[in-house]
Amino acid sequence: MQLLLMAMNETRVLERLRGALRIGTLITEPAAMRPYETDGLTAIREMPWAVALPGTEDEVREVLAVCREQGVPVVPRGAGTGLSGGARPVSDGLVLGLSKLNRILEVDVGNCTARVQPGVRNLVISEAVTEHGLYYAPDPSSQLACSIGGNVAENSGGVHCLKYGLTVHNVVGLKVRTIDGDLLELGGKGFDYPGYDLLALLCGSEGMLGVVTEVTVRLLPEAPEKVVLLAAFGTLEAAAGAVTRIISEGIIPAGLELMDQLTLRAAEDFASAGYPRDAAAILLCELDGDAAEARALQSCAARLFEEEGAYDIQQARSAEQQARLWAGRKAAFPAVGRIAPDYYCMDGTIPRAALAEVLKGIGKLSKRYGLTVGNVFHAGDGNLHPLILYDANEEGQVELAEAIGREILELCVGVGGTVTGEHGVGVEKLTPMCAQFGTAELAQFERVKEAFDPQRLLNPGKAIPTLSRCAEYGGMHVHGGELPFSKLERF
Amino acid sequence: MADDQGAQLVDAVRSAAAGQRQLILVGAGSKAPPIDSGDALPVVEHTGIVDYRPEELVLTARSGTPLRDIRELLGQRRQQLPFEPPMIAGKGTLGGAVATGWSGPGRPWRGSVRDAVLGVEMINGLGERLAFGGQVMKNVAGYDLSRLQTGAWGSLGILLSVSVRLSPQPELERTCRLECGATDALAWMRKWARRFSPISATCFDGGVLSVRLSGMAESVDAAASRIGGEQSSDLGLWQALRDRALPTFRSARPGGTALWQINCAPAAELPTGPCLVEWGGARRWWRTGEPPSAVCAYAAEAGGAAWPAGAAPSFQTPLMMRLKRAFDPKALFNPHLADADAFQ
Ligand SMILES: Cc1cc2nc3c(=O)[nH]c(=O)nc-3n(C[C@H](O)[C@H](O)[C@H](O)COP(=O)(O)OP(=O)(O)OC[C@H]3O[C@@H](n4cnc5c(N)ncnc54)[C@H](O)[C@@H]3O)c2cc1C
Repeated sequence: MQLLLMAMNETRVLERLRGALRIGTLITEPAAMRPYETDGLTAIREMPWAVALPGTEDEVREVLAVCREQGVPVVPRGAGTGLSGGARPVSDGLVLGLSKLNRILEVDVGNCTARVQPGVRNLVISEAVTEHGLYYAPDPSSQLACSIGGNVAENSGGVHCLKYGLTVHNVVGLKVRTIDGDLLELGGKGFDYPGYDLLALLCGSEGMLGVVTEVTVRLLPEAPEKVVLLAAFGTLEAAAGAVTRIISEGIIPAGLELMDQLTLRAAEDFASAGYPRDAAAILLCELDGDAAEARALQSCAARLFEEEGAYDIQQARSAEQQARLWAGRKAAFPAVGRIAPDYYCMDGTIPRAALAEVLKGIGKLSKRYGLTVGNVFHAGDGNLHPLILYDANEEGQVELAEAIGREILELCVGVGGTVTGEHGVGVEKLTPMCAQFGTAELAQFERVKEAFDPQRLLNPGKAIPTLSRCAEYGGMHVHGGELPFSKLERF
Repeated sequence: MADDQGAQLVDAVRSAAAGQRQLILVGAGSKAPPIDSGDALPVVEHTGIVDYRPEELVLTARSGTPLRDIRELLGQRRQQLPFEPPMIAGKGTLGGAVATGWSGPGRPWRGSVRDAVLGVEMINGLGERLAFGGQVMKNVAGYDLSRLQTGAWGSLGILLSVSVRLSPQPELERTCRLECGATDALAWMRKWARRFSPISATCFDGGVLSVRLSGMAESVDAAASRIGGEQSSDLGLWQALRDRALPTFRSARPGGTALWQINCAPAAELPTGPCLVEWGGARRWWRTGEPPSAVCAYAAEAGGAAWPAGAAPSFQTPLMMRLKRAFDPKALFNPHLADADAFQ
């Protein structure tokens, strides 16, 4: 009886959703839903109840209204390139895919902004405005595929974020549909509107607080001159030391990336970028500015690298040479993918001065676990991406990979870092979150969630671990020497 | 005179909660107007630089630390606060700078206060000490509740300490002055916004367009000769603009006029009458006798918002009130900024 009622209800809800989607579509066929089963964290899969692909902002509103009334969980999804399982479906819920909302609504050259729908791909924005000498700065390596809505939800970074900022620094306006149907119009084409900074709060909120339906980004003028340096080092520590040195000398490169021997060799085999295979590590350093500035920065950086022990420095001035050097870095993940059946990408961020120490620690963990770990990352930001190589078909290796990953993140937290710099918590880093935050902070996150979504319908089970999960993990961290709740008066 | 008053502040919040008393947070008193409801809770004595790592470009300081002290310390290492917070009448604390979220003249080029905030430690309305964010450049663990404190005027809790990102001081700075009308000045600002240049601030006031150039000596010199006008190494204008000490900001003016701050689309048409324009056009200070409704209508037309210069905003949309309650369920902090009745 109960089941029958539920089935009848289900049919009615599906009908209402179909009614809401006139331009968009509703998918319920398992075969057609397969592509939505997972995101970039492919180890974790779940078949959703249904997938809605609205074609207009109004349809987003109507779909959310149906879900709110019927208590259906909603998982927003952009391009599904997320690496932490943020867009992984829930079995009793709807995937709300924003990929059909993919129009550039306005390029406003006078104000240096572009207003776009959330499904627009990151790179498409820069391509659309390049004729004006402008570009959108944040450039995740996935920029060919990932959506701007997903970038906002993850506060994504990229190679050029060291100098030009993350998503939150480059978005000036947002339209957000909350689960209770309100349309939040945040910011505009200018800066710093009064009221709580909900725009900043929405950045990195992983689809938990609202659905981003429009994004206004600021566009920057292209630097007239760029130089890319490749510096080769005999030890990983020396390369890490050079990173700290260059920043402390007051140079902010447009990008500063580190690759260790394992990844640079894999990338070289894959992309023939011209990397020195004998180097223990290389740094790729992009410097930009007007002609005089780029020249001055170039000679200064080269001198510093030499002083820090670089034994070989290549300088790429032409666009072709630069593209070749970057090609290896950009292909690093797939290149590593070729040398092991599976890899698991971590994303901790640490103070730059701790790079050498943490890289050494990772090396030790790698020996202890018997798993190879490659390092290719945004060194200038201190944002590590250890790649743990394993074979899922071998008994116990998945668990080993997860365990070493957790230890690496604890290492990061231990030096004052964070468990995720840019990939988000999703479902993947729920447990490591317990190492980073105390009970009171987690409860505060919960109350913020409740202010937006009291029914907990948006992306349930993501980003913020429950207190019971953390208690189980046992790594519950005690803040300021106080036991959680011990002396606290309960108001 | 480093002093950690964290424990006392936690006690003050807990006893206010127990006694149903509301708290007005008072920093250096440079920005917030005096309020006579609720108990004044001074936070200025909670001072001290907790951590300064020049090589990381990060500083952590207690919220009562005077901006003057911070500037002095950073200056020794040729570093600076990128967001150029004002020191009104020479006063101001780090906590006050973050709570008001007032960014200086370099905002479009160097980022805002919130852009530089990396982490906070705070006390919420439950008397809990909470830490969000940290000292690292990139951090997406949990909601960004540290940046949310920027511009919240202490209505979500007491800031105990803040970690901010720093920037290196430029090798050279110059001011160029060009005489022109308001419309030409705005057109100039927008034209240069589309070019890569060492411009780090612009200001049009009283028939003069001033442009600040910052960077390597060679690029600054090259840009200065392209821009032309009268050149000088005097940066006094920028400090006065930052600290709201220019004649435009003087409150006493005859004729029943008021000074309005308008943040809007930078290229939007200018209002009629005297108006100081900065941030490449995105912030305007308009002195006018027009009624508030007309000023707000202008701002809306310009894709922005207007409010009386120096005034605290209110946080009264239903969502903002729910957010306030999420931090401060008993509406202890700065209740005059959110509608306290809505909490009963
Ligand atoms: C090869 C590779 C390289 C990568 N490199 C980088 C990198 O350099 N830097 C970096 O930061 N990331 C990187 N990523 C991770 C990923 O690309 C980013 O997190 C990206 O922003 C995700 O965008 P998406 O559109 O694919 O979002 P999805 O994966 O679809 O979703 C991500 C999260 O955002 C939410 N979401 C999506 N759209 C919306 C919306 N409109 N409203 C509300 N919530 C929404 C989802 O619920 C989910 O929680 C990389 C990924 C891959 C596969």
